[in-house]
Amino acid sequence: MIEIKNLHVTVADKPILKGLNLSIGAGEVHAIMGPNGAGKSTLGYALAGRDGYEVTEGSVSYNGKDLLDMEPDERAAAGVFLAFQYPVEIPGVSNTTFLKSAVNSIRRARSEKELDAMEFLKLIRAKTKQLGMTDEMLKRAVNVGFSGGEKKRNEVLQMAVLDPAFCVLDETDSGLDIDALRIVADGVNALRGPDRAILVITHYQRLLDYIVPDKVHVLANGRIVRTGDKGLALELEEKGYAEFGVDEAA
Amino acid sequence: MAKTVTITDTPAPAVQPYLDHHGRVASSLPGGDLSWLGNLRAEGIARFRKQGFPGARVEAWRYTNLRPLEKVAFEPAPAGGGPSAAVSVDLLPTVMPAGQPSHRLVFVDGAFRDDLSSIGTLPEGAVVTSLGHALNSHADLLERHLGRVGVTDSNPFQALNTAFLADGVVVHLPKGVAVAEPIEVVFIGTGGVSEKPTMHHPRILVVAEANSEATLVEHHLGQGVGTYFANHVTEIVAGEGARLHHYKVQRESTLAFHMATVTADLAKDASYDNFVLTMGGRLSRNEIKPVLNGTGVECRLSGAYMVNGQQHCDTTTVIDHAQPHCTSREVYKGVIDGTAKAVFQGKIIVRPDAQKTDGYQLNRALLLSDTAEIDSKPELEIYADDVKCSHGATAGELDDDQLFYLRARGIDLESARNLLIAAFLADAIEEVRIDTVREAFQGMVTGWLKTQRA
Ligand SMILES: Nc1ncnc2c1ncn2[C@@H]1O[C@H](COP(=O)(O)OP(=O)(O)OP(=O)(O)O)[C@@H](O)[C@H]1O
Ligand SMILES: [Mg+2]
Repeated sequence: MIEIKNLHVTVADKPILKGLNLSIGAGEVHAIMGPNGAGKSTLGYALAGRDGYEVTEGSVSYNGKDLLDMEPDERAAAGVFLAFQYPVEIPGVSNTTFLKSAVNSIRRARSEKELDAMEFLKLIRAKTKQLGMTDEMLKRAVNVGFSGGEKKRNEVLQMAVLDPAFCVLDETDSGLDIDALRIVADGVNALRGPDRAILVITHYQRLLDYIVPDKVHVLANGRIVRTGDKGLALELEEKGYAEFGVDEAA
Repeated sequence: MAKTVTITDTPAPAVQPYLDHHGRVASSLPGGDLSWLGNLRAEGIARFRKQGFPGARVEAWRYTNLRPLEKVAFEPAPAGGGPSAAVSVDLLPTVMPAGQPSHRLVFVDGAFRDDLSSIGTLPEGAVVTSLGHALNSHADLLERHLGRVGVTDSNPFQALNTAFLADGVVVHLPKGVAVAEPIEVVFIGTGGVSEKPTMHHPRILVVAEANSEATLVEHHLGQGVGTYFANHVTEIVAGEGARLHHYKVQRESTLAFHMATVTADLAKDASYDNFVLTMGGRLSRNEIKPVLNGTGVECRLSGAYMVNGQQHCDTTTVIDHAQPHCTSREVYKGVIDGTAKAVFQGKIIVRPDAQKTDGYQLNRALLLSDTAEIDSKPELEIYADDVKCSHGATAGELDDDQLFYLRARGIDLESARNLLIAAFLADAIEEVRIDTVREAFQGMVTGWLKTQRA
């Protein structure tokens, strides 16, 4: 579904990704682990199309299309979803307004009929409840005054509502309490399916008990330096990143 | 009562045509039999002659260049509107939902149009009428109040308006009378390209006696594409405990000049709130100067402006806390695009007696292009020691992180920008507490955003 070849990305003239290769097939869940500053979020932003993340070499093909050639909103409409490590606060725009514009923008881009207010409410009510969020949080401005964990749940809510085909979850488990972790993992597992690919970026092996990955990759120094099954995560937990020639404090 | 103003200097070249026009039309202006009115106008033209059009060296006009206005030869608008003054009643703006009772007065190029107006049913004793009519029916009221509030030597436009004073709106609310529905006033400027540029000088007078209440909504609308000069003056006298809500939307044509001066005299426990939504005009200025003349007054001034192209929009407020225990609050937000320029000058004066004053002022501008400009000048002049006054001014751009977040959720760039712009303006528009008006203004903002698509 997604094929990343020899990807080089510079941020502020600094090379961050230096020849990253990764491919994820439909129906698969992959995890990426790696030390701080390795370039994990950079990969997520590059896939989502953020300005300032300049691809200097390599290619990303998504369902046969050149992903790098698309605008961020076109990628979203095509089914790419990035759950942000640091969700952005947007004062003055209510969560409901935001979600509704997002849903209908994507439906428009896919030539589907836009949802009216009732249909939209029905859609989000159920998902909100599943994620343990309140109606009050929908009325509030996007992420404004949300706790760290609430912001992460809000990311998963957006993912559930937008129904993407390829999801990148950038440390969605960070800042979640045990119960929330389970709820969020359930939310992700609910999306698992033969037509979807999921990439989970995490520092914690624990998450992978809930979301069991098909493959685990180690990203260090801008490259995938090792790939294994879920056992690799346990090994990392034990030994750290040192044996990959990485100074953990980097 | 008329003061004698001795004239020694020769007027500036740009001033002379106005003096000439005044000389020609003064004797034929309405109310010719009222000597006080003749004196008032004479005093107005003398003041205008003395002040001329201020240059950048005059502090109050430092950021607003009047040269573009000075260069145009405006003629007084013909009575009843110019030849292109065909206006359809169905197309007149309103904040009221269809079918609701309303009170609406319509002016075309400054002249009252009875045929387009419908004043409707008012509570016992309330007067809402054109100034032209009031000169006959309520001359005493006018004599008592016209030209009394906030006359200064730093606003030639107020003087010019007085010099040509002929028509406008008179609202009189006796003690305790509340007009439930908004009183809407529609001013249409019809500048057509082939016609000579015209000017008009409408006057609004609101006299609200103790504990009365009303909402005044002004719509300023340009029809056609030509240039004209709309020079408005509003005088407000609010008695003890009176409550006035004063809202305005300015959508003049993009070649029009729009000058508006609002002065208000607010007595004990009165509350006055003023909101201006500015979208139109080549060069516009709103000068709003309330005097808090009793204890317990609550005064709120707010507005939103959206300008682009070569528009210039000036908001100048002077809140004069003359008495203790009053509250004032200002929230202005502006969106500036293209090579447009906005000016915000906000002065808060706290007189020596005005202890326990609570003043708050905020002006925030959103610059959408590298060439957009804002000049912001907050000014606190505090002579009392036990006061709480704060002001803040910021100018910024759209936040790239927010834009990306919205786009990453599938919202296209244009819609994402519009969402953020609307969100930026929202807390200024929230200051309009009357639901029907706020919703109508919100709709106009949405409409403006839609027409800005590149
Ligand atoms: N705007 C920027 N300017 C300069 N350097 C940047 C910028 N953005 C990111 N970087 C650098 O790029 C490197 C990779 O950052 P990235 O956020 O991708 O790391 P990460 O693997 O997600 O780390 P973490 O586990 O801490 O989230 C870091 O060294 C970071 O400082
Ligand atoms: Mg990261």
